[in-house]
Amino acid sequence: MSEQTAVKGDWVRLHIVAMKPEERTGHLPEDTKGVPLEMWVKGFLQNDSAACGDEVQVKTRTGRLVKGTLTEINPSYSHSFGQTIPELLHIGPQVREMVFGGELNNG
Amino acid sequence: MAKDNSYQAVMARKNEIMKAAVGVDYAVYESGSIAFDYESMMADTGYSLADVQSIQREFCVGGTPLMELKNLTALARKLAPKGYGARIFVKDEAANPSGSFKVRRAASSVYAAKKRGYKGVISATSGNYGAAVASCCAKAGLQCIVVQECFDSHGLGQPEIVEKARKCEALGAEVIQLTVGPELFYVFLRLLEDTGYFNASLYTTYGVQGIETLGWEIAQQFREQVGQDPAMVVCTNAGGGNLTGTARGLLKADCHAQIVGASVNLKGLHMASDKQFNRKSFTTGHTGFGVPFSTWPDRSDVPRSAARPLRYMDRYVTVNQGEVFYITEALASLEGLEKGPAGNTSLAAGFYLAQTLPEDQCLVVQETEYTGAGKHVNAQLAFARSNGIEIKVGDPAEEVPGSSIVLPKHPSLIKAREIDMLNLRRSLIKHAISTLPGSENNQTVSLKQSDIDFLAAETKSNADFVREAV
Repeated sequence: MSEQTAVKGDWVRLHIVAMKPEERTGHLPEDTKGVPLEMWVKGFLQNDSAACGDEVQVKTRTGRLVKGTLTEINPSYSHSFGQTIPELLHIGPQVREMVFGGELNNG
Repeated sequence: MAKDNSYQAVMARKNEIMKAAVGVDYAVYESGSIAFDYESMMADTGYSLADVQSIQREFCVGGTPLMELKNLTALARKLAPKGYGARIFVKDEAANPSGSFKVRRAASSVYAAKKRGYKGVISATSGNYGAAVASCCAKAGLQCIVVQECFDSHGLGQPEIVEKARKCEALGAEVIQLTVGPELFYVFLRLLEDTGYFNASLYTTYGVQGIETLGWEIAQQFREQVGQDPAMVVCTNAGGGNLTGTARGLLKADCHAQIVGASVNLKGLHMASDKQFNRKSFTTGHTGFGVPFSTWPDRSDVPRSAARPLRYMDRYVTVNQGEVFYITEALASLEGLEKGPAGNTSLAAGFYLAQTLPEDQCLVVQETEYTGAGKHVNAQLAFARSNGIEIKVGDPAEEVPGSSIVLPKHPSLIKAREIDMLNLRRSLIKHAISTLPGSENNQTVSLKQSDIDFLAAETKSNADFVREAV
């Protein structure tokens, strides 16, 4: 976890346990029943300063005040196009050859 | 006195919260028995098709291109018997402001919310609908909250859903992300109550009426560009709204094409399972939603769903994950169109179904969706591989959802597999009857004529079929 400190107004991400395992309800598979329902919210820090792991309050984009555990300061996205999947590489050449002919489509 | 916000207390207030958040009193449509007045409910928004079109124009929604996929058709004809291989068309819904057809569903909801004085709109969705609502809210100057089921208990997010969160935030929405579980609905109800915002449910009349324009446009564009109506319209099916709205729009244009639903086969995976959540590579458009929502539409977040696909569906087919990924690559390589995989579910089905139709007929796949980081063939397969899913080239018929993804070694292996419509229709009737008092004791139920007529309409069947099923 980062040693970084956030100050009032910083954009941060909070973690909240919305339901403990024993509070979970409904017809749930056993694996889901055994874990909490967790929630993540982003907003502007309302405390004067805080570090990751602290209980804090934020104001969200819609102006809601939400309390939870600070998990990330200036949260970013890390999803990508992933590692290359070689099994995909035959598809393009295969369909082009079938439609436009072989020898790189000259015939 | 502080309000009781326990799960039980909030669920007990469900109908009252929904009434305030949707502004519809569903009780007025009820008959007190199985039947309810579907068409009155659909008419009561007060918006005609022309009104919905005009609202959508305000949001720059609709009027998307109808594209003929000549090279994909040529490929299908290589595999079809002589004289077969219908012309394949696609409606490029990715050209809409939020990158999918879902914005048609959002536009009237957001318009109605604004007109009725709501300050904001909430939607519970892990799909493209979040960005659709966020886009319309941005234009209407309303607040927007999107609630997503996104992570497993290790905090590992589905890349496709993480991307959708990014897009919602880019369009100015607040995104609340949850781990797996149907109690998302409880969180959602509390948010509706705390904020007083409008519930832009996918299943209200607004959400389904908005897609009627898509069916209408298909009919008009075919008549103008092609000079004939399509013989078959293939719709990706999950919650049922896409198919319902499209079919209703086609009928309003007096187009009687065969309506085929298509879903990705995720047989055996439990949708509420924490461990299985990240073992699927499709987060919507799959049988885990498509089948239960077809056979019991009122499982949605409103008392009566406007999405009732079995009223309109002629056939329902499944395709495997590997087949959809293959066709997504083929679309890019043959037509120069890079689109999101989930939206190509119906294209994979359509590619096979075209081979079963004469070549002078036309088949239309009624959507595409945007693609990008996370929401991409490579991203989704890389994620699957990192979760222990075996990815190989071979016969997709051997794919086991949750264990393997098989990319076809040849396009002739792409098939659309039929789901038994009679079973689906019987299942809907069984669900409907189970809501009657006394049914839990296996007592023989006697149905009123109005219920029989209703169930016949619900299942696109007739009174004899309903009586036999009962």
